[in-house]
Amino acid sequence: MDAIRKDFPILGQTVNGKPLVYLDNAATSQKPQCVIDSLSNYYQTVNSNVHRGVHTLSQLATDDYEAARSKIRSFINAESDHEIVYTRGTTESINLVAYSFGSQNVVSGDEIIISGMEHHSNIVPWQLLCEQKGAVLKIIPITDSGELDINEYEAMLSDKTKLVAIVHQSNALGTINSVKEITEMAHAFGAVVLVDGAQSAPHMTVDVQDIGCDFFAFSGHKLYGPTGIGVLYGRTEILDNMIPYQSGGEMIKSVTFDKTIFNVLPHKFEAGTPDIAGAIGLGAAIDYLNDIGLDVINSYESELLDYGTARLEQIAGLRIIGTSSRKGAILSFTLGDIHPHDIGTILDSEGIAIRTGHHCAQPVMERYGIPATARASMSFYNTKEEIDVLVTGIDKVLEVFS
Amino acid sequence: MSDLSYLYQEILLEHNSKPRNYRTLTDATVSIEGYNPLCGDKYTLHLKLEDDIIVDIGFEGSGCAISKASTSMLTERVKGRTTSEAFSVYDAFHTMITEPGKAVDGNLLEDLELLSGVSAYPTRIKCAILAWHALKEAIEGASGSVSTE
Repeated sequence: MDAIRKDFPILGQTVNGKPLVYLDNAATSQKPQCVIDSLSNYYQTVNSNVHRGVHTLSQLATDDYEAARSKIRSFINAESDHEIVYTRGTTESINLVAYSFGSQNVVSGDEIIISGMEHHSNIVPWQLLCEQKGAVLKIIPITDSGELDINEYEAMLSDKTKLVAIVHQSNALGTINSVKEITEMAHAFGAVVLVDGAQSAPHMTVDVQDIGCDFFAFSGHKLYGPTGIGVLYGRTEILDNMIPYQSGGEMIKSVTFDKTIFNVLPHKFEAGTPDIAGAIGLGAAIDYLNDIGLDVINSYESELLDYGTARLEQIAGLRIIGTSSRKGAILSFTLGDIHPHDIGTILDSEGIAIRTGHHCAQPVMERYGIPATARASMSFYNTKEEIDVLVTGIDKVLEVFS
Repeated sequence: MSDLSYLYQEILLEHNSKPRNYRTLTDATVSIEGYNPLCGDKYTLHLKLEDDIIVDIGFEGSGCAISKASTSMLTERVKGRTTSEAFSVYDAFHTMITEPGKAVDGNLLEDLELLSGVSAYPTRIKCAILAWHALKEAIEGASGSVSTE
């Protein structure tokens, strides 16, 4: 563990005079030195534009940029590299699908199904699309423990269902959804399925072919990579039939004033100079995760979750929001009538970074009748000792408000 | 980072647990909602204005300790006062929170000076100032809702 923590230079610092305890990994993860090095190395030795020049550096940059795409393909077990589209992050990936696939395929009277535990980024694009098209947005309800009500979902599906967009792991509750089963059920009605993997991809082995989903979206920065880079996986036959999302350079094969012929996949969806360094940095992050092993990471984080759950449950007045038996290492909680923002400020004074608020998932807060929660989200570089520090910090919150 | 105990002073915690004028006004002449979308702090401020006097004031809603205490102290400070005095207090309070170090009239602020610790916590300034924006809007005749964003 010491060796792993040393890979992350930021973890060694103090905040407000206390050793940093970083428990806000669901918001963004910290970066290992190898990712930071890959960015500076790119700018120091390779920096050039991709897919354009005949000169050596341009070729090197293109090679590295495309090698990263290959790493991503393998990381989520997609069939081919061209199914991996670079975006700015999960939000842009979902918007790409809503704008392109949605505007082409969704018509008045169609239905789109999402769930009550979606992040705003997997709600608002569909709301806008439904408004534009006169389609209907349907919401799978959440049970008290924070799971999707699969019976309700089954009842919602019909020939009108055009698309199902579901989060793999909830950022507010930690719940891991049965996306394979959800996909199979949707496909039985001919609906297309998008899985929001922003929270799952960094913490568990993802196999898009096994899930069977048509789209899978995730972000680099939550996966120990740089900000500004993300991924949209799409199955070839679906991507092939989609119109471009943005247009300009890079995404064209030829342009005349009469007609433009679009480039092949994935470049059709990558207009303009992309975040080359970001893509390469994401590739470095994937190499790093593969070296440790996602299975090792997943089982260690489960251990942290079990330990943290047991410790937090002992605190009087503390209520864990999201108690599914299938959870990622996320502990969302309320503490009596103490507002989460006060909890966050007091914990910050102890060097503990957690997220407080509605976590861009206001419908989840509404479901539980609470304005906000405090959320500790863990990663493989966190330790049980840090959870002990969190518990001591929560005791201090109780003391201040006693 | 300044001392946490200076932020969460006894009087602030006391206003949080026992907010003053925490009630609706059936005879309010203006009611306005203050909402901080970042935190989810949401309060409705009710005012009974007669000419330029704030004859009565009440509030309802929920939010963090800082926003609730600030709102509670606001109601105590401006109840029975003229709207022009309320504006002066608003200005002084705003300056104290957002421009620490700048001289403000302590006589105007009275107990509100105890909230000065908030100025050291940039993420919490909106919590303290929310109800004050609502008050200003209410007096200026706006209706509906105000937001910190």
